[in-house]
Formats: sequence, structure tokens, C-alpha cells
Amino acid sequence: MSERLTMVTGRTRKQAIGMHKGKDSPEYREATGLVEMNPEDMARLNIEDGGQVLIRTAEGEVELTAHAGSLPAGLVFVPMGTLVNRLIGTETMGTGMPSFKGQTVDIAPVGEREGSS
Amino acid sequence: MSTVVEHVTCTFCGCLCDDLTVEAEGTEIRKVRLACSSGQGIFMDYDPRPRQPLVDGREVEWEEAVAEAAAILSASDSPLIYGLSSSASEAQRKAVALADRIGAVIDSTSSVCHGPTGLAMQAVGEPTCTLGEVRDRADLLVFWGCNPDASHLRHFPRFSLTAKGALTPNGRADRTVYVVDVRPTGSSKKADHFLQVDIGTDFEVLTTLRLLVKGLEPSVDIVGGVPVTELKELVERMKSCRYGVAFMGMGLTMASARQLNVAELFTLVAELNEFAKFSVIPMRGHGNVTGADQVLSWTTGYPFAVSFARGYPQFSPGEFSAVDMLARRAADAAVIIASDPGAHFPAAAAAHLERIPTIVLDHGPSVVASHAHVLFPTAAYGVDAAGTAYRMDNVPIPLKSVISTGRVTDEEILDRIIEAVA
Repeated sequence: MSERLTMVTGRTRKQAIGMHKGKDSPEYREATGLVEMNPEDMARLNIEDGGQVLIRTAEGEVELTAHAGSLPAGLVFVPMGTLVNRLIGTETMGTGMPSFKGQTVDIAPVGEREGSS
Repeated sequence: MSTVVEHVTCTFCGCLCDDLTVEAEGTEIRKVRLACSSGQGIFMDYDPRPRQPLVDGREVEWEEAVAEAAAILSASDSPLIYGLSSSASEAQRKAVALADRIGAVIDSTSSVCHGPTGLAMQAVGEPTCTLGEVRDRADLLVFWGCNPDASHLRHFPRFSLTAKGALTPNGRADRTVYVVDVRPTGSSKKADHFLQVDIGTDFEVLTTLRLLVKGLEPSVDIVGGVPVTELKELVERMKSCRYGVAFMGMGLTMASARQLNVAELFTLVAELNEFAKFSVIPMRGHGNVTGADQVLSWTTGYPFAVSFARGYPQFSPGEFSAVDMLARRAADAAVIIASDPGAHFPAAAAAHLERIPTIVLDHGPSVVASHAHVLFPTAAYGVDAAGTAYRMDNVPIPLKSVISTGRVTDEEILDRIIEAVA
């Protein structure tokens, strides 16, 4: 089962620390390889805390580790970084700024690759 | 030899905290006092070893690297110069001079940060102040679409939330604090009031606040997920405060409506000055991204996304901004200065940097440096090079060199490339 949700990206403390260690460092990979979700969204999608999820957009797809967070229903948060940027389009609406916040994404537990419901 | 350098400036974020103490043994930095966890790595993870430039991964002498860079740029019909925000303003001026010389497009990380803020400022102006005024005077703080608790870790204690100043001797107790965001954050937990807005509705909420300031009554009870009663309470506090300051971040610039969100906030702040002193400060991210805006504005008249292709500066975000240039494959060579678009751009835009020859100036490893055609390993301003950076409130702050490594600065390399392409 997959579902269409809205994603915001942003800075975290661990992402900043990992960036100094290097973008190929375990610290950076761990800090940027996660998605925070609303617990009820996770339960509905059969996503366990610490489980792997597949996130897809028209631009690409990535696997991230899901964590329950204080997110409103329908919204997910992913730390900025190389992984999440595979999901972001290049349309800037004449401003230079891509949609790093507000991108629509399809999310499913890893192993479930059928289309969005 | 052991050295202790005081009043050192951290270049991680736009706070440019200039009260650090750095202890070093020769070129090895042993300890940094007062830096936050994000700033520690600027010093403690810095590799001070001198390195040779690389051309296609091969170590070469500096002359050969400069000649190769000049050859790439001389052969280019549409070069892009990008980055600047982790460099010093002295080097930023040289980057503009290089762009002018070779007819390049020049853009900074502003375009994927507060570029929309610049557009809003051009449209409606920016009623702003310094962080010193915030510390000393502000009794109402509104953080909108920003999370300093994760991005600017010493902003709260040095300048805003808990800072003690001339008219705020009790610090936190002397201030009322609002956070407006689409999700609860570390910052919202420290606020007195948290207004959780639905994503993509900031403009509507801001417009409603303007309406309430004018004494008009909305025809709905909830806007953007926020009860109008809570917006009315905020407006009353805004109109009756002694000195209000709004801080705004990527929650406005990266979401839908982008510069329109920011312009609406700036207009609200301007209109509030009929009732109370009120200012706004953008939460600038990179250490000297504000300097990039300053230098580009002094020298070209525009803050980012500037093309010299016609021999004079033209400004066109969406056309001359780096993501758009790369996505359209409009650049046929690139100079990347102290930034990593390979990591921080949408993958489809970053991919073009692997198709074209790139000249990278950086003090450490990065994604874009890993596939550079010419890589200049530089000194890091604020660590082993002195210079100037602009704080988020446009105050210039000196950067010290705390260790001597003999590494070459961005400014020196850009000077040599300018000479070589002449």
C-alpha cells in the first residue's frame, strides 16, 4: 500500500555535524537517510518505526528509514542532503528556487512498489 | 607551538558568532570554546595539510592548474560561476570581476536560500534592524518558517530568545515569543505560542494578519488551519509591543508562493509601524551568503542570478539562477566556489555538472569536488585565512586566521585565473 503525502526538507543538527565529517561519512548518511512521519500515517501504511520506506516522485526514488515524529497528518520531513535531492524537481517558477518544501511524494513500505492508491 | 586565539568568528551560519576561543598546536586545532555543535566541525574537522591542485585527478603545479582553468573558461561560450557563500567578501568581489571578464553568469547559494527574500525586498522594501537592537530592545519575537533550534543554534542565547540586553535585562522573561510553522520543532517547543499553519497557506495567514491590523473582520473562522481568534491575539500583541521583530526562513522562501509570502510578511511588518516599532530579519544560512548578496549588489546592482553575457549585468531569476541554468543545460563550463551544488541541488540539475568541465575552489572534500576537472584546494576563511563576512543583519564581521598553513585563498586563485584569461 502506498499513499501520496507532502514532503518538507530542512536542516537538522545531525545533518550539520555529518556534513563536516564528509558526505560519504556514516554520520552524514545516517543523518540524511531518514524520514519523519506522523504516527497515524505510519500505522495506516503499515510502516514500522525504524522500518525502511520507498519514497517516489516523478524525479526519482529513494529508500529511507522511517521514524515517528511530531508531524501533522499528511506531512513528512526529510533532512536536506544528497538523498532527498533525488526527489526534488528543477522547476523554480521563475525564482531560482526549487520546491524543497511542499513536494508531493508517494510513500510505501519497502517491498511494496504498486502505484499510489 | 601552542596558540590561543580569542574573539574568533565561526562561519557556519549567518549568526557569525565572533566570541569563540580557539586553541591550536601548530596547525592542529585542539579545542574550540563556545562554538555550537554545527560550528565545532568548521574547526575540529578541518584538514590543514597543504595539498596540490588536481587536473582530472592528477596532482599538478599551481601554474598548470591555473592555465587549465583559463583554457576551459576561454573555450566556454556560456560559463557559470556559482557558490560564494562560504567564501569571504574579498573573494566574492574577485568572482564578480572574473564573471565580468569572461561574460559569465554568476549566482550564489542565495538562489536556493533567500533568493525569494531578495525579490520581495526589491518589490516592497525590507524594514529591518540589527541583531544588537533585537537583543537590547525586542519584547515580541515572531519566528516564521524557521527553526533556529536546528539551524542557528546560538541565535536564541546570543540575540533573541534568552539574550539579555539594555531594555531586556531579564532575557527570556522580558519577551513574548511566537513560532509559526507547518510542524512542531525544537524552536516551537521553546515559544510561548505556536501557530501551526497548513503547508502552502502562509500567504493567506499573512494576508489575514494584515486585514486584522487594519481593523477589518475576516469572513471565516479559520485560516490556514489557524483559528482567527489566535490570529487576533497575535495582532493585538504586535500592535501593542514595545519593539517587535519577525525572523523568517525557508518555510516562506521554499514553499509555494515563495517571494509573495515574504513580500506579504515584509508589508505586514511595515504596516505595523503605524502602531509599534517592528522589524524583520531573514535568517540567512551560510556564513557569508549575506556578503554574496551585498557584493553582487554593490558591483552589479542585483543580488544574485546575474549574467554578464552581453557585457553588462542583467538580472533574471529563473533564467540566470544556477538550478535553472543547469537544468536547461545552458552552462557549458562552471566555476564552483566554496559550495557543493553536487549535494544540495536537485539531482537532475547537479547531473549537468558532471557533463561539463568544472573548476572547483574548496577547502575540503565535496560531491562537486570529487568530479572536478580542475580542483584548487584552498584555505578556509576564518580558519587559515582572514577576510570579511556579513552577518544575517548585514553587519560586516572580520574573520581571523587562527592557524598558519600557507594554503592559498579563493581570492588569490581567482586573481590568477583573471590574469590568465585576460
